[in-house]
Amino acid sequence: MVKYIKDRKPDIDDWMPFTGLEDGGSLPSGNIYVPLEEWLAARDTLLTRNGGLGVRISNTDNLEVLKEDINRFDLIVLEFPKMADGRAFTQARLLREQYGFEGEIRATGDVLRDQLFYMQRCGINAFEIRDDQDLSASLKAFDEMTVTYQPASDEEFPIWRRES
Amino acid sequence: MYQYSEQDHQLLLERVEQFRGQVQRRISGQLSEEEFKHQRLRNGLYLQLHAYMLRVAIPYGLLSSEQMRTLAHIARKYDKGYGHISTRQNIQYNWPKLEDVPDILDDLASVEMHAIQTSGNCIRNTTSDPLAGVARDELEDPRPYCELIRQWSTFHPEFNFLPRKFKIAVSGATHDRAAVAVHDIGLRLVKGPDEETGFEVYVGGGLGRTPMIGKVIRPFLPKQDMLTYLEAILRVYNTLGRRDNIYKARIKILVHETGEEKFRELVEAEWEKIKESGLFLREQDISRIKEFFKDPDYEVLPDTDLQFENILLSNAEFARWADKNIELHKQPGYRIVYLSLKTAHQPPGDVTSDQMDAIADLADKYSLGQIRTTHRQNLVLSDVKLRDLPTLWEELKTLELATPNYNHVTDIISCPGLDYCALATARSIPISQAITKRFDDYDFVNDLGDVSINISGCINACGHHHVANIGILGVNKKGTEVYQLTLGGSAREDASIGKIIGPAFEAEQIVDAVSDVLAVYLENREEQEESFLMTYRRLGDAPFKEKLYG
Repeated sequence: MVKYIKDRKPDIDDWMPFTGLEDGGSLPSGNIYVPLEEWLAARDTLLTRNGGLGVRISNTDNLEVLKEDINRFDLIVLEFPKMADGRAFTQARLLREQYGFEGEIRATGDVLRDQLFYMQRCGINAFEIRDDQDLSASLKAFDEMTVTYQPASDEEFPIWRRES
Repeated sequence: MYQYSEQDHQLLLERVEQFRGQVQRRISGQLSEEEFKHQRLRNGLYLQLHAYMLRVAIPYGLLSSEQMRTLAHIARKYDKGYGHISTRQNIQYNWPKLEDVPDILDDLASVEMHAIQTSGNCIRNTTSDPLAGVARDELEDPRPYCELIRQWSTFHPEFNFLPRKFKIAVSGATHDRAAVAVHDIGLRLVKGPDEETGFEVYVGGGLGRTPMIGKVIRPFLPKQDMLTYLEAILRVYNTLGRRDNIYKARIKILVHETGEEKFRELVEAEWEKIKESGLFLREQDISRIKEFFKDPDYEVLPDTDLQFENILLSNAEFARWADKNIELHKQPGYRIVYLSLKTAHQPPGDVTSDQMDAIADLADKYSLGQIRTTHRQNLVLSDVKLRDLPTLWEELKTLELATPNYNHVTDIISCPGLDYCALATARSIPISQAITKRFDDYDFVNDLGDVSINISGCINACGHHHVANIGILGVNKKGTEVYQLTLGGSAREDASIGKIIGPAFEAEQIVDAVSDVLAVYLENREEQEESFLMTYRRLGDAPFKEKLYG
């Protein structure tokens, strides 16, 4: 089972990845998320559903293609294919700070305890923790650091402009 | 200098605890070496040839005497009694034990120091002019801006997993002593259209396998916009920088492959969106930081001192030192003093615990309790009264810190090379020592004037050989260490990348080759004032090639 944290608590993941509309697959009910290509190819069909809708984007995708429809999504899944690959940190901040996305932003892939603090600051609020990670230890990672210097998705101002 | 707030302290303590936990998880096997690597590297801990190496940040090269004593204590207690000043103004310890590192970090934290982001693919310690705040050619003190960059970049959540390491340097003077043109971002304080100061912004400079001089992507950036602009550059880099090949991952490659014009457009477009954000620097944000770097209460003194003048005339040894290692200070009656870490007995940039303690005492006694580290791996006492120079010199001489060679042929930058480094392919310290021994005659060194020799023990170029007037690169050719010579580089305001002059030399021949190059210079210079670099630029390769290979 995937270890899933949402808003700093262990949670049940009730989202289902879905793909294959092109091949004549039928749309399931409930909450589904689709790869970006699927969304671009079958936007209108996907919008006929009633359940929650999410999209999974790769860390090389340009967010511009989602701009017009950003509020149609309840979930955006961001990929961290390797720990060292930090492109999705920027995508998360852009989604929150420039696109005004307020739904769930989820990190998937090499999601490890020691990155959670940074991910959270960039506006990611849900995490598919990698299998081998200790869930309860991971939950502590959010509070290991309490001092932040720079603005990010969680703080509008740098430390020198905040009221202490 | 900057004084830590309660929150700055809190952050360091939390970081030490976090790292202590990471070390424990590594020792107990919960963290693989590969995953621990990302964590330790973000805290300055490398695994080298024989041991771990810990790199401690010295923000923009400024140290208090108390901090210097702690650095001495760490070298004595946890290492082999010495530290090594790096080309980015930091200090490195070559022999710490992994299990001791959290305690070392505790000691550092007690004096407002740390190893945060001194390695890893993140924004590194910001470097600056070692003469900041005291130089006569300074437009404005760069240190307040360095401190703002330090705070902005520390644990930046978006930019902690960049394609590659990222180095920023800031200079505020006419002469560039911070090598801004060979940094990922270089900022030079300049005057703008309405006499306001702002920044000339260089991007994409760097050394390594593909040396490049940075491009000016903005001739004038108002200083209020400094951090929003940096954030825009970093965001473009984090998004588009290459991650498929470690050797193509620095921002210089992105700028080069994207094209300067297109890259500028991308940055400016992103900047438009965030220039009014919370990172915009209001006047009061800048002036609050400037308070920390205000001039000390200098004594009003004449710019001459009779005793000093007398010793200058009567003591030739003192006169040599004064001629080479002292620089004018913006305040009359004060001088800037270079402490040379370049002797034939120790690797360039090495400083012992006893020396560090003594330097701390000297700083308290003669120089307002502060010490600076320099890009060329030396130390500076920045505020010494003219009348104190003779006694200071006597003490420095006893400590072997008075070699009169600043910016001269034996003031060599060298990487640790194959004696320590896991990446090195050749030794560099023995070569630097051999050169230092060969050119130990003061009159000869003096006659050669301003010339730089830098040595790297591999293609990664940590010894900055590309930007030396005479650069030496050690490579391994079929099991033998051989040395390539490059000529004509400069890391200053006239920055340039040196050119390989011809086939490499064996270790036994390289000192003779350097000697030949210098002989060609002496034969061909038009007057004493024409420096090595000027002569090389006037003549080109030909006479040097002729002498070396003809």
